[in-house]
Amino acid sequence: MRALLPFITVIVLVLLAIVGVEAANLQFLFGVVIPYAAAAIFLAGVIYKVVSWGRVPVPFRIPTTCGQQKTLPWIKQSRIENPTTSAGVITRMLLEVFLFRSLFRNLKTELREGPQLSYGSDKWLWLAGLSFHWTFLLILIRHLRFFTQNVPIPVQMLEHLDSFLQIGLPLLYITDVIFLAAVTFLLIRRFTIPQVKYISLAADYFPLFLILGIGVSGVLMRYFIKTDVVGVKELTMSLVSFSPAIPKDGPGTIFYVHLFLISALFAYFPFSKLVHMGGVFLSPTRNLANNSRMVRHVNPWNYPVKVHTYEEYENDFREKMKTAGIPVEKE
Amino acid sequence: MAKEMKPNEIIGSIDYNPPKTDWMSTPVQIKPGMFCWGAKAKSINTVGFPNARDWNPGEEDWKLPENWQGTVLEGIADRLKKYRSFRLFMDICVRCGACADKCHFYIGSGDPKNMPVLRAELMRSVYRRYFTTPGKMLGKLAGARDLDINVLKEWWYYFFQCTECRRCSVFCPYGIDTAEITIMGRELMNLLGLNIEWTMGPVAACYMKGNHLGLEPHTITSNIEFMLDDIETITGIKVNPSFNRKGAEILFVTPSGDLFADPGTYTCMGYLMLFHELGLDYTWSTYASEGGNFGFFTSNEMAKRLNSKIYAEAKRLGVKYIIGGECGHMWRVLNQYMDTWNGPADFLEVPKSPITGTVFENTKSTKMVHIVEFTADLIKNGKLKLDPSRNDHLKVTFHDSCNTARGMGFFEEPRFVAKAVCNNFYEMPEDTIREKTFCCGSGSGLNAGEDMDLRMRGGLPRANAVKFVRDKYGVNMLANICAIDRAALTTSMNYWVPGVGVTGVHELVANALVMKGEKPRTTDLRGEPLPNAGGESDV
Amino acid sequence: MYNGGKIILGLAVFAGLVTFPFLYNIGQADRQPDLKLDTPVIRQMAVKHCVEPKAFMRAEHMQLLNDWRNEALRQGNREYVSSTGEKYNISLQNTCLHCHSNKKKFCDECHNYMAVHPYCFDCHLQPKENVQ
Repeated sequence: MRALLPFITVIVLVLLAIVGVEAANLQFLFGVVIPYAAAAIFLAGVIYKVVSWGRVPVPFRIPTTCGQQKTLPWIKQSRIENPTTSAGVITRMLLEVFLFRSLFRNLKTELREGPQLSYGSDKWLWLAGLSFHWTFLLILIRHLRFFTQNVPIPVQMLEHLDSFLQIGLPLLYITDVIFLAAVTFLLIRRFTIPQVKYISLAADYFPLFLILGIGVSGVLMRYFIKTDVVGVKELTMSLVSFSPAIPKDGPGTIFYVHLFLISALFAYFPFSKLVHMGGVFLSPTRNLANNSRMVRHVNPWNYPVKVHTYEEYENDFREKMKTAGIPVEKE
Repeated sequence: MAKEMKPNEIIGSIDYNPPKTDWMSTPVQIKPGMFCWGAKAKSINTVGFPNARDWNPGEEDWKLPENWQGTVLEGIADRLKKYRSFRLFMDICVRCGACADKCHFYIGSGDPKNMPVLRAELMRSVYRRYFTTPGKMLGKLAGARDLDINVLKEWWYYFFQCTECRRCSVFCPYGIDTAEITIMGRELMNLLGLNIEWTMGPVAACYMKGNHLGLEPHTITSNIEFMLDDIETITGIKVNPSFNRKGAEILFVTPSGDLFADPGTYTCMGYLMLFHELGLDYTWSTYASEGGNFGFFTSNEMAKRLNSKIYAEAKRLGVKYIIGGECGHMWRVLNQYMDTWNGPADFLEVPKSPITGTVFENTKSTKMVHIVEFTADLIKNGKLKLDPSRNDHLKVTFHDSCNTARGMGFFEEPRFVAKAVCNNFYEMPEDTIREKTFCCGSGSGLNAGEDMDLRMRGGLPRANAVKFVRDKYGVNMLANICAIDRAALTTSMNYWVPGVGVTGVHELVANALVMKGEKPRTTDLRGEPLPNAGGESDV
Repeated sequence: MYNGGKIILGLAVFAGLVTFPFLYNIGQADRQPDLKLDTPVIRQMAVKHCVEPKAFMRAEHMQLLNDWRNEALRQGNREYVSSTGEKYNISLQNTCLHCHSNKKKFCDECHNYMAVHPYCFDCHLQPKENVQ
């Protein structure tokens, strides 16, 4: 049920686009209105979400330290895993964001005869996650050729590299293959690993099906159900130059399916777990230096609390203290 | 409790396959042996927390206040505005499952709600329902659910099955720290008077008497006098510490567990002997006689109330700086919270070792040095005369406490000291030490007697790693720098790995420490004969 | 906002990346491809037609060329039967470029617009067939 409903939802989205374009001729709605709305929701929604986090203070300095602290000069500090400087924190964050450092530590725990607990290195999730995110990014960048009049050289170079195997025509993109394989892996593990299946919500399956739908429709459009790419670019260029128009013999239905699924993803993004994209930068266990013994961290809402003072304590125990030979303030 | 499950019964009961029913439709079962008794009215009243009454978690009626849902939801709303960690960790989990098998309670119980991700989802599901638009609109479909009495009981049960050890947060790609969520969960419990006596009792005692054990001033001095007698018997040296002495250079604060029961008392004897040998100008305090902070397992406010005594006493006595003893969560609090709560400690001076002249620059704001840092510096500078062969009957391994490991990064100092005073030192497997260390299973105020099943399950991963080095190298002593470890691991070792003892690092130091004018030692601090009994020290 | 400076900087970078396509094209002339079919050969055709219908050629020409390359060079087959049953000589130079003799105003118009770089002319730059 948790997987079925999201799957059906994505199918319905696909059908909506097909029917909308083929039967109702709603090219303008699916090609212009919805993409604009989705882009606006995405941009505003993510900013709103990040600002809503930013408005909440970080009362305590709580980095998770994963290496040796800075201490006596002859003990080597782990400057990245337990940073005390901004440079260390930035490096730690870069490793986290670009290489998924923490996930790279992943272990698989097994209880064997003996009993013997064993911990094996388990990098598949890291590999699939990293592949998925990186290829998604590269594919997005590659798509800039549809959104720029004079396609920037780096984008062209990326495209060359991505298709350097020169398989088939249009040339096969390596990122397409890795992307689909990684998304499929991430989806399959949600079904097959019992613990992961148990924790998965509809909100975990939906983005996977949606992204898979985007990938599949894109691959179909490029390699199988081909459409007139010049028509596609005329439409996309009209969007980015704010003079939206559907070209005369514009792109085929498959394009609208692809675009509608992307719009759905963009509009869904700020309201979902996908905001981890922004959230990872704000995580207080990662983005703070472990220097709270050197520099006082200030909590903006620190307030005075009721304490049991020494005076009250001595009043409670004065005679006992005197008997035990402990000095007191008032004889 | 469920009558003392045997080790093989616990192992046999661990099944990592989740139940057939969806977790939201699997109601919580409050199992004997897996929870601690509810906090007593007396303890709650002492610190002025709400809804003080005697209650029993095993009974149906928890005697909750009227409109408890409103109280909890207001409590959540309030904390979402105060803690970025809380708000963020409610929003960004993708349920990748990397944390699932990292929790010692999950490894030892197989209960899926002990997977860190699900423990957090217990809270997130309610957060979504009341604080997010999709949750309000779509309900269960969006992973949201109503806050009802079963959910509340589930929270209570599982937020007191987390020791806030942060191991999950090491592996989480976003650094989501279940400790943060458990801390919030327990704060909310407090609003309804739903704490456990094993933390509230010590909190109340510490508030009134200065330490968790409720030792009154004269008891503290007499406990220490017992140790002094033992020290004299073993070394022939009369140690003479001072209490609440104004004008001392250093205030020494250690967890009260070290004053009360072995093996902590041996560690305490170690401090006393070391300081005596150095001729350190220091004092104990009976008012600030607790380094640990069970308030931290209750609410941030309570933790601050207890912690305030350390700086207040340092100021009253006019000391220059503070040295802290071996303790785990104490040092997380001292490192990450104390200065923020009760600082700035501008009336103190940056700690400088009177023996070596080393200035502890890393403590220049808190002015509080870890005793192991202090001792490591002494040893490095050759200021201690040591005979490590006195520890030759021991094959030692070192357990990193969760809090000093992941809330501080205190890895090399204790190893340096332990290796300097012991000839036989072996590491446990790499995935079970340092930042990946396992909790003793009883941290964060859970080391009661009635939840022994829970504690032994939680202690399994650590114990199993000890078993590995016991079987491979003949390790017979588990060193650590935490008072809860010294108490909890002793039980856990007896249960899972009989034959392995537990010791503080400073007990090992004191065994090896050759003191000026001492008589030839024949026993170690525990009164056990030394390997070269009666022999001369051969340094 | 707390740590507002860093957060706003981060959001500015994010907004810049998201709106990059909109910003990048400001001031750049909207240049749509303008194909020319008026070559001498096409002009003389009574019924102007390609080997396959226009819509098919627009979407699939690269595939067709790829098939032709394989047929001619790997199978040694030089005959193509179109969907309407007509026979054509499989040859880029002698068939395609015979009519579309204006590579710059035909092939390149769209390829440049789309920033694609077909490798046809890596080999065909100075084809032998051209000499006839």
